[in-house]
Amino acid sequence: MLGFGAVRLRTDMNRLLSLLFHQGVLDEQFLQLQHLQDQTSPNFVSDVVTIYFQESEKQLRNLRNLLLDREIWDYVKLGIHLNQLMGSSSSIGAKRMRNICAVFRAAVEQSNRPACIRALEVLEHEYCYLKNKLHELFQMEQQSVLGDAVRYPGVVHQL
Amino acid sequence: MGLKIHGHSHHGHHHHHHHHLVAVSLNEQQLGTKRKYRTYFPRTNQGKYLALWIITFGFAAIYVYRCIDEGHQERIEEGLVSMCDQRARMLQDQFSVSVNHVHALAVLVSTFYYYKNPSVIDQETFAEYTARTAFERPLLSGVAYAQRVMNSEREEFESQHGGTIRTMANKEPSPHRDEYAPVIFAQETVSYLNLLDMMSGEEDRENILRARSTGKAVLTSPFKLLGSHHLGVVLTIPVYKSKLPPNASVRDRIEATAGYLGGAFDVESLVENLLGQLAGNQEIVVKVYDVTNTSDPLIMYGRQTQDGDRSRTRVSKLDFGDPFRKHQMTCRYLHKAPISWTATTTASLGYVIVLLVGYMFYTGAIHIVQVEDDFDTMQQLKVRAEAADVAKSQFLATVSHEIRTPMNGILGMLALLLDTDLSSTQRDYAQTAQACGRALITLINEVLDRAKIEAGKLELEAVPFDLRSILDDVLSLFSEKSRNKGIELAVLVSDKVPQIVMGDPGRFRQVITNLVGNSVKFTEQGHIFVQVHLAEHSKAVLESKSDTCMNGRSDGQFKTLSGREAADDRNTWDKFKHLIADQEFPFTTSQNVTLMVSVEDTGIGIPLHAQELVFMPFMQADSSTSRHYGGTGIGLSISKCLVELMGGQINFISRPQIGSTFSFTCVLKRCEKNTITDPKRPNYDDLPTSFKGLKATVVDNKPVRAAVTRYHLKRLGVHVEVISNIGIAVSDSGGIPDSDSGSRPDMILVEKDVWLSNGNVLKSPKMILLATNITGMEFDKAKNAGFSDTLIMKPLRASMVAACLQQVLGTGKKVEQGKVMANGSVYLRGLLCGKKILVVDDNRVNRRVAAGALKKFGADVECADSGKSALDLLKLPHGFDACFMDIQMPEMDGFEATRRIRLMESQANDQQTNAGSMDGSTTKYHLPILAMTADVIHATFEECQKSGMDGYVSKPFQEENLYQAVAKFFESKPTTES
Repeated sequence: MLGFGAVRLRTDMNRLLSLLFHQGVLDEQFLQLQHLQDQTSPNFVSDVVTIYFQESEKQLRNLRNLLLDREIWDYVKLGIHLNQLMGSSSSIGAKRMRNICAVFRAAVEQSNRPACIRALEVLEHEYCYLKNKLHELFQMEQQSVLGDAVRYPGVVHQL
Repeated sequence: MGLKIHGHSHHGHHHHHHHHLVAVSLNEQQLGTKRKYRTYFPRTNQGKYLALWIITFGFAAIYVYRCIDEGHQERIEEGLVSMCDQRARMLQDQFSVSVNHVHALAVLVSTFYYYKNPSVIDQETFAEYTARTAFERPLLSGVAYAQRVMNSEREEFESQHGGTIRTMANKEPSPHRDEYAPVIFAQETVSYLNLLDMMSGEEDRENILRARSTGKAVLTSPFKLLGSHHLGVVLTIPVYKSKLPPNASVRDRIEATAGYLGGAFDVESLVENLLGQLAGNQEIVVKVYDVTNTSDPLIMYGRQTQDGDRSRTRVSKLDFGDPFRKHQMTCRYLHKAPISWTATTTASLGYVIVLLVGYMFYTGAIHIVQVEDDFDTMQQLKVRAEAADVAKSQFLATVSHEIRTPMNGILGMLALLLDTDLSSTQRDYAQTAQACGRALITLINEVLDRAKIEAGKLELEAVPFDLRSILDDVLSLFSEKSRNKGIELAVLVSDKVPQIVMGDPGRFRQVITNLVGNSVKFTEQGHIFVQVHLAEHSKAVLESKSDTCMNGRSDGQFKTLSGREAADDRNTWDKFKHLIADQEFPFTTSQNVTLMVSVEDTGIGIPLHAQELVFMPFMQADSSTSRHYGGTGIGLSISKCLVELMGGQINFISRPQIGSTFSFTCVLKRCEKNTITDPKRPNYDDLPTSFKGLKATVVDNKPVRAAVTRYHLKRLGVHVEVISNIGIAVSDSGGIPDSDSGSRPDMILVEKDVWLSNGNVLKSPKMILLATNITGMEFDKAKNAGFSDTLIMKPLRASMVAACLQQVLGTGKKVEQGKVMANGSVYLRGLLCGKKILVVDDNRVNRRVAAGALKKFGADVECADSGKSALDLLKLPHGFDACFMDIQMPEMDGFEATRRIRLMESQANDQQTNAGSMDGSTTKYHLPILAMTADVIHATFEECQKSGMDGYVSKPFQEENLYQAVAKFFESKPTTES
């Protein structure tokens, strides 16, 4: 049963990934990331994604503060934060996040505050969605690894 | 997806900006060209200039006409003058002749009438005489002699002559006067004058008075003559009774007067006759005037009504011997002088010519202006077209790039799909889709390449590389396919080709890969044979041996690699053995090495009608072929471009159903030894050296194939002997086991077909079987014969042969069987293994990903989160082999950081040079710095280069990009194939 469960878990994981790809949430860079994970760094993907979440939350917070501050319109700072967010998003292959960042940046360049706020909201929503889905994915992966570990200790399954 | 579109629009914005730049540069160019030609002739108002020209030369023509006409007029004038003068002179001469004769008559009368006593002249004598001498006086109608009779003598005279003195007017007896002048002698023609008193006529009387007082011949003014209606003058000469002294006074003269001799000149008929004798009579109108009274000239001859040409008149003086009377002759042309044809034609012709010339200039100028305008337009169009071309290429590059992203998505998804549980049909579909996707990606890359070449953005590198290992790599790419098809795939590089050459290995590999790929695609059986020779050498051999045998055919087999006929006859064994012979070839010591690379296959060949189009992009031989094999894509056209960039030429010989041989030349640079020993530069050929000095026997009945095997073994330092029969080999090695070890081979390599045909099952641990493909049955047989581990599957590659030899001879350790990795990964691992690499990025996530990727390939990674900390870490001396630098960082961006690093390095280098440590150990500091950038636009790349970076890697990391960038800097350590 355990073996069957592992297979099903992997299938589920693949299905979820396909969904995310299909929705355009992730792109091939995420596959590259997974490709980088091997014996020497078994938790590479989740490590990176965790860092990504920490960083992104920080950036989002900063962005929100900057936008809510009605007196100052700090174009430069907004740009820096957005670039950071965009860079890290494209690094992990969070394609939709990246695209929204691009739109956001365009709005910033046009000094369009309402558009910026809308974009921020979309971004936050997208971020939550991505976070949930990725958590789901990691959970499944962990389970699968645990299952694998029970049956074949020492061998790490590669996606 | 809407978001995606926004993203695009952003991109579009960027490109828009780019186009603006292009447009600006275009304008500048246009201005530059427009300024060039603005001289020599007017560009506008040519019509006005033409009119000015016409008017100016109109005046000039009139002036010329005048000049010529003046001469003409002068000549006409001269003609008139000479005619008039001639006439006047003649008239005068004739007149004076007549006057002289009348004079003579006067003398006659005085001599014979007065001096003789009695007189010997009477009327009869006079008449007789005058009649007979009338021819002497053609002008005179007649002469008469009138005697001076005083009133006192009248009666005596009348009685003496038997008549009365009558008046001229009414022929009545004359009234009483002081004196009379009755005619006593008269010529017969004027006999009616007899006894008429000459003094009764007004003119005659005056004449008589003037004549006797002057003693000379005098003339009357013209009047109608008595006997005729003609105008005439009367000449009167006095006859004196005695001889007078020359200075006699008037009184003396009057006293001495005895009578008067007179004659009437019929001027009109006189002149008429005279003129009739002369030429050109019809042309002129002649008039003779008596101009004694200048205010009222009296006409003597000529009709008053006939005027002639009033514009030209010649007046000639006439001297008829009477100083009191003045006469003149007036001549005019009868008709107006004709217009001077010479002048007219000259002037008008000249004018016409000038007009034509002017018109020519005019049309010429207009034409030139038009041509220049056209040229301008053309140039603008050209510039625009070029810009469009560049834009097209940029567009292609962009679009290709954009297409790659979703394609990667598709491929990734397909990979995921293939990981799931699929039915065999589904798997087949998915695999097909994946293969197609890969093909599409390759195609897009090729389009990108071509666009780059067209945009002139492709620059070739010049780095040292090992040709042989590159060829081995290419072969390994196709080994799978060739094995499946059972094609013999082989490479051979002439010994005369240097080990290391300078050039662009990537592009060289691309060309070879393309050619071999095409060959593999279109070949179902036979062989594909890649050869590299020195161009001069192969040319020399081909020339010297061109007259030998026609085709390398012997006993039904061709002496080619696989025994099948090849398209290019020249590449048969007979030539080939000269090419690979060890004879010395006089090398040129020039810096350049020209290589001749040929790829020979025994495929379906290229149909004759399609041979001209082979290098066109997307050529397909014909529809049926492409259905079978697909077209050649644009690979060949890119190859052609690349070969031309490398200074060579590509061409081919192809025979349908027999095969094709593509060959190209390329110019590479020789690599000096010292650049290879540079420690920073990788050691290229790292084949194991443990086989040096070994001896091997190759058993093969096909000489070309044997030569290939020999070539690979030779690279490992193995001495090779080729024999064609397995029996000889066995007798050599096994037959005499204890013969001297010098001649005994350390290993025997047998071709599969030789081994099978021979049937000689020979068990020897040092036997190695070479096979292109092997069936299960044959494999079993081989296994039984002890070849299980000593089977080398072709295509041969030096490293593979080495691995096999290690196994056979037990000299090497077991090759570590690594994880199953893609070829590139193996390669990257080899490149990056053990390298210390610094990753500079402010973004934690990026840092972690980059580090992870690099670590995966065995690199030792350190991270820095800003340009400043990177500078700290990179203080010289440091142990880093390379640095990946993010461009967009706050405070100090990647460009700035790189500039500072380069500055530090150059300072250190200078110090080193100054320190004078010139031994070989000193190396220049130059840390390879690779930019990490999200957008790979050329402009960015150029900026990277400007700030001293060595290359760039697009972010996020992708294996092939990473490989391309890194391969330039690190030694490749080919891991043994799994």
